[in-house]
Amino acid sequence: MATILTVDDTASMRQMISFTLNSVGHEVIQASDGKEALDILQQKKVDLVIADVNMPNMDGITLVKSLRALVEYKFTPILMLTTESQDTKRQQGKTAGATGWIVKPFNPEQLLNVVKKVLG
Amino acid sequence: MAIDMRQFHQTFFEESLEGLAGMETELLHLEKAANDSGQENVQADPEILNTIFRGAHSIKGGSSTFGFNEVAAFAHVLESRLDALREGKILPNRQVIGLLLLAVDCLRNLILSAKTGQAVDKPSIEAVYTHLERLENENAESTVINNSSTVVAPPKSSSWRIVFQPQRRLFHTGNDPARVLRELAALGSLKVQLNAADLPAWEQMNPEECYLAWDLELTGNVTRDMIQEVFEWVINDSRLEITPNLPHAARVETIAAKEAAIVDAHNGSIRVSIPKVDALINMVGELVITQSMLSQLAAQFTLENLPKLFIGLAQLERNTRELQESVMRIRMLPLSFAFNRFPRMVRDMSEKLGKQVELYISGEQTELDKTVIERINDPLVHLVRNCLDHGIESPAERIAAGKSAVGKIELKAYQKGGNVVIEIRDDGHGLQHERIFAKAVERGLINPEAKLSPEEIAEIIFLPGFSTAETVSDISGRGVGMDIVRNNIRGLGGNVEIASHSGTGICFTVRLPLTLAILDGLSVLIGSHTYILPLVSIVESVRVRPELISRPAGGGELFSLRKEYLPFIRLHKLFGIEPRSPDLNQGLLVVVEADGKKAGLYVDDLLGQQQVVIKSLETHYRKVDGISAATILGDGTVAMILDVAGLIRMAHTGGVRFIMEDRHHMPVTVNAASAPNLN
Repeated sequence: MATILTVDDTASMRQMISFTLNSVGHEVIQASDGKEALDILQQKKVDLVIADVNMPNMDGITLVKSLRALVEYKFTPILMLTTESQDTKRQQGKTAGATGWIVKPFNPEQLLNVVKKVLG
Repeated sequence: MAIDMRQFHQTFFEESLEGLAGMETELLHLEKAANDSGQENVQADPEILNTIFRGAHSIKGGSSTFGFNEVAAFAHVLESRLDALREGKILPNRQVIGLLLLAVDCLRNLILSAKTGQAVDKPSIEAVYTHLERLENENAESTVINNSSTVVAPPKSSSWRIVFQPQRRLFHTGNDPARVLRELAALGSLKVQLNAADLPAWEQMNPEECYLAWDLELTGNVTRDMIQEVFEWVINDSRLEITPNLPHAARVETIAAKEAAIVDAHNGSIRVSIPKVDALINMVGELVITQSMLSQLAAQFTLENLPKLFIGLAQLERNTRELQESVMRIRMLPLSFAFNRFPRMVRDMSEKLGKQVELYISGEQTELDKTVIERINDPLVHLVRNCLDHGIESPAERIAAGKSAVGKIELKAYQKGGNVVIEIRDDGHGLQHERIFAKAVERGLINPEAKLSPEEIAEIIFLPGFSTAETVSDISGRGVGMDIVRNNIRGLGGNVEIASHSGTGICFTVRLPLTLAILDGLSVLIGSHTYILPLVSIVESVRVRPELISRPAGGGELFSLRKEYLPFIRLHKLFGIEPRSPDLNQGLLVVVEADGKKAGLYVDDLLGQQQVVIKSLETHYRKVDGISAATILGDGTVAMILDVAGLIRMAHTGGVRFIMEDRHHMPVTVNAASAPNLN
């Protein structure tokens, strides 16, 4: 199964995502902002990154840009968590190199479907 | 796949409430900046605006995910206004900040209501909601997100022709055409035709780019929306044509999603910082090492090894104590949990009272037991209210008294010995002794002829049924007197004192024990029974010389210690126990202090210092004067923990004598032998 990094500044979202992905056997690493995520990713290679957009220290879009600049993460799927009102953010994310997005609110089934989709 | 979302609710509630507290703090900063600049509109720090926005944004995301739709709807409108504020479309003037603070309150109420299931004040929340919506009419979008009623369009069987030509940089976003094809194949039967016309010659090809295109034919119960959804992530990077092939008869299906309202079972939980958990794990590691060392020693034990055994046991004792301390520390929370609400409270209340007050907080990192923090909240609120209402003067009065128009309230916490001290200080006019005295006489609380020292007059405000507010405002005079405040604090094993300086303000000093569960005690012998004295209250122990004991008319016995007269309390008499020896020279006098007053307790012997685990007497038996709790000793017997403050109070009010004389009327003589099982 895959190793997935979830980046979100709210613990409940991280817990929900981890728990859901763990339940089907994925290994999940948590980071509470872009900066922490970047630190983790530079030491450990993951198969998928799921990142929130609005975070302190380093937001999700900057994280995507930084990751795409690294050779190891040139083609790694990165999903953004956005809300329906964040059309511009979605486009910015896309331009920065995000693979796709998950629209909040989502339920565990939707999350698993999307993850299955990108991991194949 | 059924995942019970309720397990995340507690975390969501905690972090949301924390987030709201953070938003509140930042909004107050913003307001202070607005006030300080003296202008109607301020240039706000973008980082502050971002933090406030993120608070609402996170709550919105969480609440909609976890199905709290009312919270989500409110958070949504608040978030959109905060976004406008962030982008400079709304300017943060006082009025706007006031409204946003109200909105934070509403959101807090909604979250608390989701947490506890209690009803909220709908009309007032709706009023704030409407105001928020109007705040920025030109951008008014009233999309209210609704989690439960996503209507899925009825799919019909049809055939589609799709031309899909991704852009060259498709791979650089982590996308893969194979994924898209796989997903389409999952929707129905898919015919794939590869178009490799753009593929360059081998030596010109960049393996990181996508040169391929596809012609596809998809048949099944598929709508255009479903196909577009598959291409959602790549739509901007591709040329995409979707054309219908042969339409089929539609089959209509309606799907209604229902979500049962889930009432969250309230579980008290605590968030522990990682260093504390690490410390705990370290301790356990040490303990394991000591344990293995001891068992090794026991396996080949000879008398020569006896010193080693003692060293090992000493180490075990140290490990146990450290482990205990680490575990206790888990229950400790910084006082900021109690202090955080004060800036807002002081702001709202000073506005209401027409006073100008600034609040200074320090020492909020001081840690206290969680239970103590929860229970100290109300008394603290009352004391701060008291300063605001009675202490600080109106701006006009202050200027007339030669002070700055802006009053000052200081909230300060620090650790001192086994206690945490919280000071609440104002720079108002101080206690007005004549008024307090007159009021107390009027209420029949004291004799008009009584001669009282300033300290004694200050104590009057703690008497039941005393209140000097000239008009009963909704801020202090709501029936909760200072006597209740003092009782509540004493209930926590602490105390509150007042010091007043005429013209320069008053200072309440609240002393609280660090924890409620464990006590450092001195075990003393009375007759054949062991009692525990809290170590913090012990001043010294002295031999008793009978000639130093006097018995003034109308009072209890006094002991003269270095020219100071202390009430002399014979504990064996108080508890109806036969002393070991009637000869006073055989026993010891333990001088104790509480609430600034001293007394001498006569005991038969001192046994030693030890930590004891406090077991409530009230839950297992009933309240007994002079005893605060019980504990179980190492040998399994029960020992009573003496209530030093209570004993001193009894001695100073003559209560000890009363009990001594009437002790045969006491229904049960409390001692270790006759007390019920306290487990």
